[in-house]
Amino acid sequence: MNPFEYQRAEDVATAVATVSGNENAAFLGGGTNLVDHLKLGVATPNLLVDVSGLPLDRVESLPDGGLRIGAAVRNSDAAADPRIRRDYPMLAEALLSGASAQVRNLATMGGNLLQRTRCVYFQDVTTPCNKRVPGSGCSALRGYHRYHAILGASEHCVAVHPSDLAVALVALDAVVQVSGPDGDRAVPVTDLYRLPGDAPERDTVLERGELITAIDLPVLPMAARSGYRKVRDRASYAFALVSVAAAVDLFDNGTIRDVRIAFGGVAHKPWRAYRAEDALRGRPTTAEAFDDAANAELRDARPLRDNVFKLRMARGALVAALQHLTGADR
Amino acid sequence: MIGSPLPRLDGTAKVTGTARYAFEHRVADPAYAYPLQATVARGHITAINTSAAQAVDGVLAVITHENAPHLASTEDAELAVLQSTEIAFRGQVIGAVVADTSETARHAAGLVEVSYDPSPHDAVFTPDRDDLYTPDTVNPSFPTDTSQGDVESALKQSPVVVDHVYTTPMTHNNPLEPHTTVACWHDDQLTLYDSTQGVHSTRQSLAKALGLAPERIRVIAPHVGGGFGSKGQAHAHLVLAAMAAQAMPGRAVKLALTRQQMFSLVGYRTPTVQHVRLGAGPDGRLTAISMDVVEQTSRIKEFAEQTAIPARHMYAAPNRRTTHRLAALDVPVPSWMRAPGECPGMFGPEVAMDELANACGMDPVDLRVLNEPDVDPESGKPFSSRNLVACLREGAARFGWADREHAPRTRREHGWWVGTGVAASTYPVHVKPGSSATVRFQPDGRYRIEIGATDIGTGTWTALTQIAADALSVRVDAIDLRIGDTDLPPATVAGGSSGINSWGSAVVDAARAFRDKFGTGPNPGDEAQGTTPGNSAGERFAMRAFGAQFAEVRVHAATGEIRVPRLLGVFAVGRIINPRTARSQFLGGMTMGMSMALHEQSVLDERFGHVVNHDLAEYHIAANADVAGIEAHWVDETDPHVNPLGTKGIGEIGIVGTAAAIANAAHHATGIRVRDLPLTADKFLADARR
Repeated sequence: MNPFEYQRAEDVATAVATVSGNENAAFLGGGTNLVDHLKLGVATPNLLVDVSGLPLDRVESLPDGGLRIGAAVRNSDAAADPRIRRDYPMLAEALLSGASAQVRNLATMGGNLLQRTRCVYFQDVTTPCNKRVPGSGCSALRGYHRYHAILGASEHCVAVHPSDLAVALVALDAVVQVSGPDGDRAVPVTDLYRLPGDAPERDTVLERGELITAIDLPVLPMAARSGYRKVRDRASYAFALVSVAAAVDLFDNGTIRDVRIAFGGVAHKPWRAYRAEDALRGRPTTAEAFDDAANAELRDARPLRDNVFKLRMARGALVAALQHLTGADR
Repeated sequence: MIGSPLPRLDGTAKVTGTARYAFEHRVADPAYAYPLQATVARGHITAINTSAAQAVDGVLAVITHENAPHLASTEDAELAVLQSTEIAFRGQVIGAVVADTSETARHAAGLVEVSYDPSPHDAVFTPDRDDLYTPDTVNPSFPTDTSQGDVESALKQSPVVVDHVYTTPMTHNNPLEPHTTVACWHDDQLTLYDSTQGVHSTRQSLAKALGLAPERIRVIAPHVGGGFGSKGQAHAHLVLAAMAAQAMPGRAVKLALTRQQMFSLVGYRTPTVQHVRLGAGPDGRLTAISMDVVEQTSRIKEFAEQTAIPARHMYAAPNRRTTHRLAALDVPVPSWMRAPGECPGMFGPEVAMDELANACGMDPVDLRVLNEPDVDPESGKPFSSRNLVACLREGAARFGWADREHAPRTRREHGWWVGTGVAASTYPVHVKPGSSATVRFQPDGRYRIEIGATDIGTGTWTALTQIAADALSVRVDAIDLRIGDTDLPPATVAGGSSGINSWGSAVVDAARAFRDKFGTGPNPGDEAQGTTPGNSAGERFAMRAFGAQFAEVRVHAATGEIRVPRLLGVFAVGRIINPRTARSQFLGGMTMGMSMALHEQSVLDERFGHVVNHDLAEYHIAANADVAGIEAHWVDETDPHVNPLGTKGIGEIGIVGTAAAIANAAHHATGIRVRDLPLTADKFLADARR
């Protein structure tokens, strides 16, 4: 734990200027992850710029009918928003499946997206970890990796991103609004996160000083029939072993017109399952079709020694989620 | 009084936050100590540079092996803190930073530079190691191995044999209140507010290590936020706190272990490998019971969990054998965790009994009833009371066991396999000698009861008050109980479910002595003492508590997720002092048993030598959503032999057998027999058919 200065941000521009000008500065949202890291020595900033009090705490309708969720909206408030619950139930379900009520009351939407992996080695400064100390080695590769990646990992890092929210957002094609030292930009959440490659220290494409100010949800009528299925070791308060965010749109004849699928708990980023989606369009809502879709997506999976089970679990979770959404489990 | 569901007398103080736990005791201008821990698992410290830490504003002292006081006794290697450069396990205490604030101490601790000469370490626990050894005894002093008849021949001749290996993982006590202590040296007197299960036993251990007369140490612990055995013995941080306080005479030093530190420093339950063999006739009658256990201990201090003990007492069979073997590793020191021995030791055998019932085509309740012994199979003595069959019968009736389909994997609801299971529970009756109590009549007309007992969340404040009121034939509000202080008459540790048996008997003895001496019209100041009486009945009887637990389990067919919608326990534990706090004890034990069944597993990374999932986000303990329907009941049981109160102890039996009941129910649900705890989803996917 290092001593640090604390500043309350006055506005977005000043906060961005402060953090972009100081490589040892960090934004502070709800602090539900960063404060742990301060205690553990995982993060050692000398300046915290608290952005949780900025006027980014509203959920607003966009002119095209979509929704804009301010980055400082608390997870619990977003999950309770009637528009989100009605039009994007997978998002509310994903939020409510995360952490505990107490943590959700504190955690911000922007902070949720930028939380770090819960890989035990990343969180333990006495062990090597390429994400924490580039080049030090990956302890999880041949260590405790029950929770780790089966898709898109590298020899340098096999961690998974822990956010449930992010999984729903990539399924919904949500976009984050970002303010940075060089101005504002919009980044689709599907492009926000990186695979580890040889630079696992970078979770996202954001540059130093860039601040997420809002999350935009596009109009997506099919999301009204959507859900989030999280498979975990404990009935609550546990990170996903595997999770699935899914939305389904059916033709009148019952075949699948369109579908959105994303997996959590399987990769360094929330995993949009484009192959599974392609495999399902035009197919009937049968267990066989769901299974084929899972196989298409998991074809390139490379499980580790102790998480081979995630292949069956991901398939099972996808099938269960789709059966639930299409009423086939009744 | 006795038998009435009196609400906890300390309840209001606890829920309003005014009950003081160790760290919360107010002392003037405290300093804060933060431990330094080894980051290698074996070797020596070659250099330790504290200059950067000492330069931090607010740092008062940095204590290492280079400047630590010499201890009078290093006989207990766990307490031989900072006496050499040797590292015996990763996470071992190698120093402390003392500072004006806890934050400063923690920050400065990170600036201490330690160099090591590491040696190859060995933290690999496997049952096929060639260096397993036979301990002299198992905890606390049971024979390591036992043998009656000829197990090998009996197994060869048995028409039905169950022969499997069952495992339980390393698990850690995680009381809500971490291990904390406030230590202050003042005029050669050391005072500690400590989170402990026994103020006198803590004082004794510390007095020995420090070479002080016990009278020079006072330990105070009015409220303790759980212990489960991990606060039953002094651990290294206590010595460290005393050393830190010694470095600043007259100033109190507060030390609180972090959750992560607890995983190295306060004990844990060893992993166990249990080779269980049962031989039986086609009718299910046991001919042979064999249990061979392998477990680990630390290289520097032996703790031999008595895992095969319950197999010696549960069921009748003419041929019997139990053994314990240990691997001594470069790992933290294992110790007591709720129901040591019985808790892990009733997993393998009670799952094996379920497998035997299946093999014989019998109902598992009937199988257990059939094999009920007439006398204790181990000693040949009669039981002072044994009501396992009554618990099984009553539990079966309450649970609706009669409606159970016999075949596994036959009931599926909305994508979930559903099944039910049963297992037995048992725990020995312990009465520990050595407690004293004083009864004194006060000017306000109340009776002051003094005994250095502790309430670790179990309800001691309330139950001892009821016992005193009953023994003196007065109302409970006429009792002024004082516990949790070495200035009070000595009392034994809250462990082995022995508290009420031992302390309560001392209180009863003191109350009787008081009435004998002063009658019912005493004068203020009149006082009498009592002690826990000796009991020769143990020479004539085997004394144990029994129970039966029933579980309903659901396993998701596609994802393997496992949930326990129903858990029901029935116990035969002698006399119940307070049904409200007793139920709480049973429910807590069963919940911890469910947690053991489904979640708990300390993952020791052999390469490093420490537990890597060392926080409550990664080390899963059952949370509210995991506990659905849960019921605890008991049968009436009068046992005049166990002690004057007729109590058997209830703090631990609730955790015994739960995991087996849940594993058996999971098999009934899915047809998949999982013999390795915990019962995580992946274990039901290996064979996932849709």
